[in-house]
Amino acid sequence: MKHTSDLAATGRSARRRSGAVRAVTYLGLSIWAVVVLFPFYWMVLTSLKSYAAYNAEYTPSFFTLSPTLENYAEAFTAVPLGRYLLNTLIFSVLTTAAMVVVSTLAAYAFARLSFRGKDLLFGLFLSMMMIPSELVVITNFVTITNLDLRNSFPGLILPSITSVFYIYLLKESFEQVPNELYKAAKVDGTSDLKYLWKVMVPICRPTLVTITILKLIECWNSYVWPRLITDDAAYFLVSNGIQEIRENGFGRENIPAMMAAVVVISVPLILLFLAFRKKIMEGVSRGGMKG
Amino acid sequence: MDIRLQDITKRFAGRGRRSQGETVAVRELSFQVPDGSLVGLLGPSGCGKTTTLNMICGLEKPTTGRIFFGDKDVTDLPPELRGVGMVFQNYALYPHLTVLQNILFPLENLKGAARPSRQEMRRRATEAAALVQIEELLDRKPRELSGGQQQRVAIARALVKMPRVLLLDEPLSNLDARLRLQTREEICKIQKKTGITTLFVTHDQEEAMSISDRIVVMKEGVLMQEGKPQQVYDDPASLFVARFLGTPPINVFKARVQAGELWLANRPVLAVPGVADREVWAGVRPEGFIPDEAGPVVCTPERAEVLGRDLSMVCSHPDARDGALRAILDPACGLRADAETVRFSLRADKVLLFDTETEQRIPFAADKGAAR
Amino acid sequence: MNNGSKKAWLYLLPALILLGAFLVYPLIDVLIYSFEEGYNFASQTYWGIGGYNYSYVLHDPYFLQALKNTLILVAITVPLSTGLALLISTGLSSIRPLRQLYQTVYFLPYVTNTLAVGLVFMVLFQKTEYTDGLVNLMLQWFGGPTIDFIDGPYWAKMFVLCFYTIWVVMPFKILVLTSALASVNPDYYKAARVDGTSRTRIFFRITLPMISPMLVYLVITGFIGAFKAYSDAVALFGTDLNAAGMNTIVGYVYDMLYGDSGGYPSYASAAAILLFAIVLTITCINLLVSRRRLED
Repeated sequence: MKHTSDLAATGRSARRRSGAVRAVTYLGLSIWAVVVLFPFYWMVLTSLKSYAAYNAEYTPSFFTLSPTLENYAEAFTAVPLGRYLLNTLIFSVLTTAAMVVVSTLAAYAFARLSFRGKDLLFGLFLSMMMIPSELVVITNFVTITNLDLRNSFPGLILPSITSVFYIYLLKESFEQVPNELYKAAKVDGTSDLKYLWKVMVPICRPTLVTITILKLIECWNSYVWPRLITDDAAYFLVSNGIQEIRENGFGRENIPAMMAAVVVISVPLILLFLAFRKKIMEGVSRGGMKG
Repeated sequence: MDIRLQDITKRFAGRGRRSQGETVAVRELSFQVPDGSLVGLLGPSGCGKTTTLNMICGLEKPTTGRIFFGDKDVTDLPPELRGVGMVFQNYALYPHLTVLQNILFPLENLKGAARPSRQEMRRRATEAAALVQIEELLDRKPRELSGGQQQRVAIARALVKMPRVLLLDEPLSNLDARLRLQTREEICKIQKKTGITTLFVTHDQEEAMSISDRIVVMKEGVLMQEGKPQQVYDDPASLFVARFLGTPPINVFKARVQAGELWLANRPVLAVPGVADREVWAGVRPEGFIPDEAGPVVCTPERAEVLGRDLSMVCSHPDARDGALRAILDPACGLRADAETVRFSLRADKVLLFDTETEQRIPFAADKGAAR
Repeated sequence: MNNGSKKAWLYLLPALILLGAFLVYPLIDVLIYSFEEGYNFASQTYWGIGGYNYSYVLHDPYFLQALKNTLILVAITVPLSTGLALLISTGLSSIRPLRQLYQTVYFLPYVTNTLAVGLVFMVLFQKTEYTDGLVNLMLQWFGGPTIDFIDGPYWAKMFVLCFYTIWVVMPFKILVLTSALASVNPDYYKAARVDGTSRTRIFFRITLPMISPMLVYLVITGFIGAFKAYSDAVALFGTDLNAAGMNTIVGYVYDMLYGDSGGYPSYASAAAILLFAIVLTITCINLLVSRRRLED
């Protein structure tokens, strides 16, 4: 029986070891969570400190006892933050809406309609996913400049509309809809467009919502193209705005006001994320763009 | 070395935040796997048999109760200290390793004095491979093998560390019908050759009946009956067990016992001495019908299926629980499916009575060969 | 062309026009630009065809600096972020309580504006005459010297850039690896446990080979992403990256196109194509190496 108790002891020590492993795991995960969250905490904290208080602390303090909203007022009055937000909203909504319409039509053609050269064309489409945007931005810049569309919404929006990847995602989703539905609709004399609108779109709404949100995030954060194409602050988006604020805004040292602007810019996306957490993470893991 | 389960209960905490209820996967289960025998753990899916297997191999811990290997209490031991070999339903062969590497895998886990030399490992792996006849496949990857071959590799991997107990989870369910027959004989043969105490889980009663020394029937986490396959088939303790064993399944009639006679459709059909007057479920095995022009069971034939060796006849009967009965007959008996009616008498040893409420067996002194 | 075909092309028309104008045509055009020597943007004229643009770019100290910065960034962030993500997602998939919460938190950087949060990092790492900044405060706790990470020595600036880049790319990698780990059939782990396999051996002999296709995918996308680094650098060091000595190849392209050095699309094109060639080469090498490794 001695053997048995030896074994039991080994079993116990194995369990103790696994308890220690678990503790270390939680510790490590928590450390990374802090690394992720800390910048957010710091930006909110700093934005709530008054300018005077902030500049008075040579050693930064980890909390504030007298939070103030004056920085937020400053952010909206001293620089045209409201304008930037509005521009970004217009840009994001219009671009996303156009993207959804264009992609839906194209995906429908690929998924449901039959025409000569479909497979070849779709192959070409897929290979376009590999074209890096950095390559084409140069000519697009020249094109838009020649069309005299710099510092205008069409100039901002037009090159940003199409995304091969979203067309691909939608096509996949459309193909899940059973063919019988299409045949049944044809028998009932439904037109293609009506079928798309009344049957396909409602059925594939989850995918449509996913790509809409992903595109909104992409638009809200876009920086390179807007920076190239706008030099008039009246057309700045938030990314360019924040850069402008940093270089010419409140004066270089008004960090609290700058942080207030950063909070204002970040909050809409974080809210969007928390509302659609599952959809966003699922969509991104199916082929995220940023990485 | 035998395996003994003593009052094993396994509860799982309720899933989801709202449901506080917990599920009882296994309830007060006790049975024994005798040393060197092949035992089939049988039950419909979701009856707790895989949970039971997982508790025996140590992947899960029972909530209460003890498990013994021989006279050693292994309840608190982790799987690797129990000396069990396990074959998973989908074989769980590591796809990136060759067959040989897969078989060597458990040996390479051993440490210290228990760890054999490299040559010894290889020798044992080849030996295990020879036992299941896959010596020529050692350098292949699992995806290059057929389902049956993968199954053999999985068995070799389980056997290579010379376990005291071999556990198989639905070992045949991923194979096609022909291969299944062949493989189950193979398993039986390997078990006899090695003499390892073996427990396998299945939902297929035919599989369990055909190769097991004993079977254990479970339903909803509770042991229904255990014993030798033929004994459980002939003498089921409940309507559930009677219906679960045997293909085609037993025919069930709503019947009545009156004055020591079993009545079906207002005719006395069989003497059932010693049973008080009452309503009963009467089960009649398909092979229990004897064509008899004067027989008391009168029914309307619907169709006959000729299965070569047997003739399977489906007839409608007013008191049959699902409206019809199925009889397995000799093709030479001369009954025709287009006849107006057919009449049978019953073999008393193929008739089983059950309580209508508890569905427990009601025994009666069968008068062998007595037919009306 | 029959009726159905006509309709299909009609549905495709908007997408085709936009893709043609802003993706296919530019791709060809950029190649042409890169070989047109002495292109003048105002008059739209050029005086020759040849490789001069490439040779100019390759001899431009700014480009060489950008190349060096990008290579260092790639060499540091890709292995580090992939390894760290592997560690974190392994930990994440081994726990049950709080898992959702951690996952949500870890994903946050993905949905934040790179430029905006970059400012926060700048504030955290910066040392000015008014304040040492938070990171320097922590350095002092451990008895280290204070450094201005934003406007100080090269290695310090590189450190912040790498740190921020990793912070930004981690959500995607953690997400991909967590779902890769979740898709490994649990029976493999059960089988390994029955055989008494140690944790480390399970990890290296089972988990890692099983998720290796996803790791390869992450390494390749990681390489591509890191080679295209730009907005992280702008966020930390401002738009004048050449002055900060922290420019990247993509930054060089944009600066050439428009910005302080003002309007040389030919040089920009040549640099962009060089970048594309580097990325393509490294991706191919990656694929070859990993394929060979997977086959063994």
